[in-house]
Amino acid sequence: MVQLAQVVQEEVDSNMTKPIIEINHLSKSYELGGETVHALQEVSLQINEGDFLSIIGPSGSGKSTFMNMLGCLDKPDTGEYLLDGKNVTTMKDHELAVIRNVKIGFIFQNFNLLNKYTALENVELPLVYRGISVKERRDTAIECLEMVGLGDRQYHLPTQLSGGQQQRVAIARALAGNPSVLLADEPTGALDSKTGKEVLKLLKELNEKGHIIILITHDLEVARKAKRVVRIQDGQLFENGGDWLEPAGIRQNGH
Amino acid sequence: MNLLESVKMAIKSIKSNKLRAFLTMLGIIIGISSVITLVAVGQGSSQSVTEEIGSLGTNLLTLSVTDTESVQLNLDQLEHFDDLSGISEVAPISSERVMAKKGDNSIQVSITGTTSPYLSIRDLSLSAGRFISDIENELRQKIVVLGSDTASTLFPNTNPIGENIQINGVSFKVVGVLESVGSSLGTSGDNVIIAPLSTTQRVTKNTTINTLYLSAENEEMINRAKFQVQGVMTTLFPNSSDSYAVSSQDDLMETMSSVTDTMTLMLGGIASISLLVGGIGVMNIMLVSVSERTKEIGIRKAIGANRKSILLQFLIEAVVLSMIGGLIGVVSGLGIAKLIGIFSSLSISFSPSVTILAFVFSFAIGIIFGVFPANKASKLNPIQALRQE
Repeated sequence: MVQLAQVVQEEVDSNMTKPIIEINHLSKSYELGGETVHALQEVSLQINEGDFLSIIGPSGSGKSTFMNMLGCLDKPDTGEYLLDGKNVTTMKDHELAVIRNVKIGFIFQNFNLLNKYTALENVELPLVYRGISVKERRDTAIECLEMVGLGDRQYHLPTQLSGGQQQRVAIARALAGNPSVLLADEPTGALDSKTGKEVLKLLKELNEKGHIIILITHDLEVARKAKRVVRIQDGQLFENGGDWLEPAGIRQNGH
Repeated sequence: MNLLESVKMAIKSIKSNKLRAFLTMLGIIIGISSVITLVAVGQGSSQSVTEEIGSLGTNLLTLSVTDTESVQLNLDQLEHFDDLSGISEVAPISSERVMAKKGDNSIQVSITGTTSPYLSIRDLSLSAGRFISDIENELRQKIVVLGSDTASTLFPNTNPIGENIQINGVSFKVVGVLESVGSSLGTSGDNVIIAPLSTTQRVTKNTTINTLYLSAENEEMINRAKFQVQGVMTTLFPNSSDSYAVSSQDDLMETMSSVTDTMTLMLGGIASISLLVGGIGVMNIMLVSVSERTKEIGIRKAIGANRKSILLQFLIEAVVLSMIGGLIGVVSGLGIAKLIGIFSSLSISFSPSVTILAFVFSFAIGIIFGVFPANKASKLNPIQALRQE
């Protein structure tokens, strides 16, 4: 039976685009003020190569928890998370660190750059932890900064850059490790709409270059830029198949 | 991530908060420099004492009589000592404070009544004239040899040889002047008058011999000679071993060095406590630094730093901090000790081993007091760390 399931799965794999991320029946709950919060309940999701996925949901819906799961920062209580075919849920801390370093690039709402480091040093940081030689990582970092259009801001500190520029440095940092997945948590949340649009455009370009983009947002306008939209509400995930404008429709079509 | 990278990172973060780093280091700097300075002063004084004792000659034995009532040595008994195989020379001493006078100049000095071997036993030399001879002792000649200070006090401008001085009202002829020996263990060796034992006993009206200086045949014989002297004393004065003591220079040196060693240890101990306090200061600041940089730790973890890299980062920061402090401490400690040596009469002796030890200790402090904060940092949950503002 198990064997059969495997064969079927393999057939499915060969027919479809290969799933990079495969999440099966993932659940997570935590204690908050003496109450158990079921942040994620039996969530399943497949993300394929070349996907540009946005995850929307109101605050408290569990989307931050889900993002932490996707980013290998947190471990689920039950369920399975396969990243590139490897089961992440059973990995040890130091293995997860490697995964975060190699497979995933984080882009945060508030940029999360190190303020005492220059733009270049910030971008280099993932490569420092990977143990890449000084010369090589410098070249890669410069390349990434140029890709986001900040080739001339290498030696600026984050405080000397505008919000949009800081976010682009953060994107460059996420790109430096050449990860397969870029995980963007409200990347436009702290930006005005014009720079926000620029950042989204940049993400779209990156998606066209082959990176998987996972965009977490509560802004429908932003989410609409993605190829796929999934919605999280009360710890449950719904995929709407494009008809995301009407929440009622999501419920009918999802799951 | 290699070690060099971590060190660079640590230096960068120390540089970004220079004042705090300096204040943190101050504890270590004060600790290390006080260890080095105090040990240098302690060892310097210990060394100068040892040198002084050593300069008296290492084959010198001293028999000091503490109770002159029960142990009354006389000249005839000295032959027993002279006959000992381990002993080459014996000089009896009878000393007393007297008033010496020449014209208007007068001085309170210690007169040492002795015999001719005294000069060689005590390793003294003459700057002018001659020493007292055995025949003069027998004939009770009223002659003296002056210490260099005594000579210059009584005869400020003239040559004392051949002149007469008054000691307790009796006239003595000066036949020689001793070379200056400097002060030793607090008593000046130059402020003396040496006269024949017989004459001295008559002038001071005191026939006791309170000290015997004996010189052993050679350095190797010194312990044997000591036992022989003790043996003779037991035969001559049974049951009064508490009234006299025989000591070699080694014994004296041992006593003195144990005193100065204790002092050095105490000074070093006090300084080590301040070093410990400095270490706690490092830990304190590192803990503050960890909680201040929680967000940074979260970011680093999110982009792929594992526990080990975070631990190493903070540990190296603590070590670099305390090692820079240690280095400054070593330099300033050596400098202060040098200044003390220049501007005071204290003698200074640098100990390379203590210097290296102090530096290594500062390294160890960095590790010991850095592990706890670093471990705390490495264990932070990245999600919570990222959430913190």
